[in-house]
Amino acid sequence: MARSIKGAIALPLSGKIGLTLVLFWILAALIGPMLAPYPVGAFVAFDVFDGSSGAHWLGSDYLGRDVLSRLLWGARYTVALAAAAALLASTTGTALALTAAVGGPKVDEPLSRFMDMLISIPSKIFSLVLVAAFGSSLPLLLLIAAITYVPGNYRIARALAVNLAQMDYVQVAKARGEGRFHIAIAEVLPNMIHPLLADFGLRFVFIVLLLSGLSFLGLGVQPPDADLGSLVRENISGLGEGALAILAPAVAIATLTVGVNLLIDALPGRGKRK
Amino acid sequence: MAGASTSSGAKAALVLIGQRLASSLLTLLLVSVTIFVIAQLLPGDAAQEALGQSATAEQVAALRHEMGLDQPAPVRYISWLTGMVSGDPGQSLVAGMPVSEVISSRLPNSLLLAALTALVAVPVALAIGIGSAMNRGGRLDRALNISTLSMVAVPEFLVATIAVLIFSVKLRWLPSIALASDEMSWGDYLRGAAMPILCLSIVVIAQMARMTRAAVIDQMDRPYVEMALLKGVAPVQIVLKHIMPNAIAPIVNAMALSLSYLLGGAVIVETIFNYPGLASLMVNAVTSRDMPLLQACAMIFCAAYLILMLIADVTAILANPRLRAQ
Repeated sequence: MARSIKGAIALPLSGKIGLTLVLFWILAALIGPMLAPYPVGAFVAFDVFDGSSGAHWLGSDYLGRDVLSRLLWGARYTVALAAAAALLASTTGTALALTAAVGGPKVDEPLSRFMDMLISIPSKIFSLVLVAAFGSSLPLLLLIAAITYVPGNYRIARALAVNLAQMDYVQVAKARGEGRFHIAIAEVLPNMIHPLLADFGLRFVFIVLLLSGLSFLGLGVQPPDADLGSLVRENISGLGEGALAILAPAVAIATLTVGVNLLIDALPGRGKRK
Repeated sequence: MAGASTSSGAKAALVLIGQRLASSLLTLLLVSVTIFVIAQLLPGDAAQEALGQSATAEQVAALRHEMGLDQPAPVRYISWLTGMVSGDPGQSLVAGMPVSEVISSRLPNSLLLAALTALVAVPVALAIGIGSAMNRGGRLDRALNISTLSMVAVPEFLVATIAVLIFSVKLRWLPSIALASDEMSWGDYLRGAAMPILCLSIVVIAQMARMTRAAVIDQMDRPYVEMALLKGVAPVQIVLKHIMPNAIAPIVNAMALSLSYLLGGAVIVETIFNYPGLASLMVNAVTSRDMPLLQACAMIFCAAYLILMLIADVTAILANPRLRAQ
């Protein structure tokens, strides 16, 4: 803990800004809905697309609902869904990569060929096909986002794991007669955790952008649930008047993703690697 | 570039390029299997979907037979694939016309949008990339790094929203909806397409500039640059005469890779501006679950992506002197 606090102080300014934004959104997702001034679906304002006021900090939306309350709820959907999907994608990709690295060419070859094939389908296109085939309930969206980004994580994790598997200490462990599972989990995995954490952050950004993009197209989170992307979509008719209801959720997504990006970029050790 | 080298080197490069081409075609084939399999997972089938809930079992069976849905999946896959290759990917379920007709009315629009975006994005990205590489570690470089890093993570619809607010709501310069039709003059088209081009460019420029910077900096660390520096060559001369000839291949590589971001970006940008291109067509196909149309669109996007990757790899092969000199 003390080390991580020291690490945070040593971050460059951009990294501190990133860290602040990330912490802010994690907090917003956790306790935001409790702080929401109005119930999420209640029609509380007299006018639609109101500007900022004392009663409604972020104005009202296309039905006269409080934008701040809807934003706090939407942030929970966006952050939780993307974090769960990124976690699923990273663990699946890394588990497969470790299997490939310790399993020898017979496992590695077909698995890597298959992932190479999946990676050559652009991710938005891939997820559109998946949504058309499966539909877009919340669990399915989580699964679709995870499947879309498994190949990317696999590629990074495999490159790391294959290198580590050639190291002397792993060869020694093999000669000692350790099982493949032990080698993968106890010898290889601990040494690739740091780059994998950075990759997790990147997957999270990609997934936030993918899911809010899908919601924006009307193919993601379905009403009455709404993530930040859905909020942009439902208020699109306010674009002509420059309504706060459409800008606020879009800016919210941007601060979340930019924050994570700035933080990852500022992490120590990243600049040194090529 | 290969022409300047020895004939055996050129041959080696040709063999490599041939192998790369073959592997792209194989990948495309596997991609088509994947897309076909996923599309078949759709609960219910196209015949039921087309006729609606009130259709009798006989009607559905008759249509299934007519559409060939009662044949085993491998047979359907082969007939779909041969149809794709010969330019007839089937019948669009919603539009009621051949998929090839629907697509051929949209594809040129998307290609034009992509070409114009590349035309805008490439010079700007080159300038930013080279500029920040020359200023490495300096204030300008750090500012550009932070701004491109942020732009990469900004959702396309925020860029589009802000562009609409500025250019069509506040300044009233540009229409917020892009309409492309045959009767339009070039001026009208450009006015309508200006904002889609702007939004796509911003997203692509950020990617492209970062990769260009990395490619140039990679060259700057080489001994020959240090040599030129010690010789007293001016920095601008070093970049133009020494670094650029060597960095041009990695830069083309970076351009091809980052242009692939266009494919994803176009999905959002074409939809928000109502631009009649292939990406918005594909979104409509998803909403209406028009699988034949969706499959064809997905294949076109995957093919475009693979072509860009192929260009990137071939430039890398051509630029590698070790391969040419073998």
